[in-house]
Amino acid sequence: MALAGIQIYKLLPQTNCKECGFPTCLAFAMKLAAKQVELSACPYVSDASKKQLAESAAPPIRLITLKAGSEVKAGNEVVMFRHEKSFYNKTGLFIRVKASDPDLAKKVTAADAYKVNYVGMDFSIDGFAIEADGDLTAAVKTIRTVSKRPLILMTKDSALLDSSLSLLAGESALIYAADASNYEPLADLAKKYKAALVVKSDSLDGLADLTKNIQAKGVEDMVLDLGGRNMGEWLARSTQVRKLAIKSNLRALGYPVIAFPCDAKDEGVAAAQAIAKYAGFVVLSEFKPELLYPLLVLRENIYTDPQKPIQVQPGIYEINSPNPESPVLVTTNFSITYFSVANEVEGSGLPAWLVVTDAEGMSVLTAWAAGKFDAERIAKAIKTFDVASKVSKKRIVLPGHVAVLSGELEEELPDWEIRVGPREAVDLPAFMKQALN
Amino acid sequence: MPIEIPKDKWPGSIKIVTIGATSAEGGTRTKSISVGGQASMPYLHYEAPMPNKPVIAIEIKSRKPDDWSPLLVEAWGETMAEPAQWAKKADEAGADIIVVALTLADSPEDAVRVVKSVLSATGLPLIVWGPGQVEKDNELLVPVSEATNGEKIVLGICEDKNYRTIVATAMANGHLVQARTPMDVNLSKQLNILISDMGMPKERILMDPTTGALGYGIEYGYSVMERLRLAALQGDAMTQLPMIVTPGYETWKTKESKIGEGVPEGWGDWKARAINWETLTAIALVESGADIVVLRHPESVKRVKGAIEELVTV
Ligand code: B12
Ligand code: SF4
Repeated sequence: MALAGIQIYKLLPQTNCKECGFPTCLAFAMKLAAKQVELSACPYVSDASKKQLAESAAPPIRLITLKAGSEVKAGNEVVMFRHEKSFYNKTGLFIRVKASDPDLAKKVTAADAYKVNYVGMDFSIDGFAIEADGDLTAAVKTIRTVSKRPLILMTKDSALLDSSLSLLAGESALIYAADASNYEPLADLAKKYKAALVVKSDSLDGLADLTKNIQAKGVEDMVLDLGGRNMGEWLARSTQVRKLAIKSNLRALGYPVIAFPCDAKDEGVAAAQAIAKYAGFVVLSEFKPELLYPLLVLRENIYTDPQKPIQVQPGIYEINSPNPESPVLVTTNFSITYFSVANEVEGSGLPAWLVVTDAEGMSVLTAWAAGKFDAERIAKAIKTFDVASKVSKKRIVLPGHVAVLSGELEEELPDWEIRVGPREAVDLPAFMKQALN
Repeated sequence: MPIEIPKDKWPGSIKIVTIGATSAEGGTRTKSISVGGQASMPYLHYEAPMPNKPVIAIEIKSRKPDDWSPLLVEAWGETMAEPAQWAKKADEAGADIIVVALTLADSPEDAVRVVKSVLSATGLPLIVWGPGQVEKDNELLVPVSEATNGEKIVLGICEDKNYRTIVATAMANGHLVQARTPMDVNLSKQLNILISDMGMPKERILMDPTTGALGYGIEYGYSVMERLRLAALQGDAMTQLPMIVTPGYETWKTKESKIGEGVPEGWGDWKARAINWETLTAIALVESGADIVVLRHPESVKRVKGAIEELVTV
């Protein structure tokens, strides 16, 4: 838990020597609490104070980074509800594969290559979890010939782990999983290979005991498997762990959580809950785009900073090399809105000028209701972006949802023809083919 | 190391709202449905027991819609042309409540006939929505309300522009109302105040904070619901109402659900994706405090029901 200025002050020398650049130790302490200066600016802090300050500055949920050719992070979260600030490190999505699978290379190749675009962002999976039902080392070798993504190694056999981890030099893998019976050899391996270690217990007491024991062996990077019979029990535990870490500052449970929807009755439903309710890593049973895509979108939505809607730059966008005869479509600069329209038009192959107005990142109707997308603003955008110089056919298409604006816009732009388009972007291509010739 | 589980003790709780009246209660429903009563954030049974679980309503239209996804048409088939048949099939598909959505094409007589036919086809409680235009809502909902006096139907959708007539007729005929505001805690409170000021008891108001589909604004609805629920638990009486949301309506207008061809390969199998879209949107809303989710596809109904069962099993 971060310390207040006055608590920090008590840990400073209290000599007011000014060498830090501040008139008093208290002033410096206040700046430290606000994270505007570095502790190192004071040359006189004792080692004991340094340690205490470092501990208090540590995030309540440890940041865990799994790393190979790419990396995925979990932890460092600070709130229970996204509106309180934001959720930061997006849940890592892993695909479970079997070491014994004769099609291993093929399956990993397909999942590794997966890429899907959502409002201008490319999403992919984060890594693979390998179940050691066959030769684990051979499987690791196979995977590494086709994918460089981070791995979770699922076996309790420490000899097998040792030989597999030795193939992953320079990476940070995740070992699954340590329990009360096997944590010692697994902790040794985690330390040797700088891997992170999942600890597993069916009770929070058990988890806390394990993390303490493992930490005593010099391993800091841990991830919690909460067990739980069903969605209700898992949700209760996940909430409790999050609250204990960030509200009670309980270090023993201050680690990210891993969830296994692959073992649930309804994988999609369990994965959605895990993403919304605090899982740092999620393991899915297989590579299924029809589930992966909605999960990736859900993850993006939950982890979007609530204070900043995703926006695009206002301006005039050229789609499919428009010419002076091509229509001028008008929309807002809310990213989802822009991409719904741009993708549709692009996909249709029809050329158009897309004028994106500055609607402060709001959707068409929201902006209209808030007075940020009206005839005046649209006319202003048409003028500012000098659209008239680009077209010979002065024709504007409005979104169908704001058909009411057409009269006023005709008044604002008397030498333009104002057309009302369909309500949904999906219907734009058909409209452009039929109604705009 | 024994760990003490932190528990929030909230001063407030959610009102219990009962929909539908059995013959003993002056109606004709075979059972009524109660929602609300929670005194903790969703499913934290270790803080407070949850007296009523969330329920699922299936939305049917008074006449066959021509713009619904072919996947929905495939699921409901012929029954879509006949609201009574459609309602029966929705009942079999696991609905706890039937939503009958009236359209602009309906006359008051049509509306009354359709609602009555649905009442006799199923014993489930009903929610009836007007077409969403102030005048037409009034024209259709008032006769429906009068013709179903005592059934404890939910009439909607009340918004700031049309609530007066709907609330007045609901009060006069023993019904309930669905109060919708656009994703804003203060607007929700305000509308609830306006409605209670007319004399409507809070036990007869459902709050609809509006929602968006996955990928199309769900994050706003999700957070507004969490904030409304937190405000209610903290003791704000004007937010202590059960919440109803419409993920079916929102998701089935998205491209992801509507379109099977010419979409990116990364979207995967159309049918499975479309159902995932509705199911996952609904699950996120159930996690953020929804008491009633209105759905469209029978497969989503099954899956969301399954999830709710798991969430309430302690
Ligand atoms: C998410 C949301 C919000 C978010 C904002 C999200 C954002 N960044 O814009 C928040 C919670 C902040 C919000 C606030 C408000 N909202 Co709001 N909001 C919504 C919601 C749920 C979804 C909007 C959305 O993102 N849609 C997705 C995008 C992609 O849709 P779109 O921009 O319309 O684009 C589509 C089409 O228009 C078309 N299209 C777009 N451009 C073009 C161009 C052409 C040429 C063509 C042909 C087509 C086309 O293609 C797109 C895809 O099909 C809707 C209700 C709903 N479920 O739809 C209400 C809604 C838009 N909001 C509404 C209102 C009233 C408000 C507020 C004014 C409420 C208030 N009084 O505070 C505020 C205004 C904001 C402010 N004052 O700051 C109302 C508008 C009512 C109306 N018809 O006037 C709605 C419809 C809800 C309702 N039923 O009452 N809102
Ligand atoms: S340098 Fe250190 S001791 Fe000197 S005033 Fe600054 S904080 Fe105090």
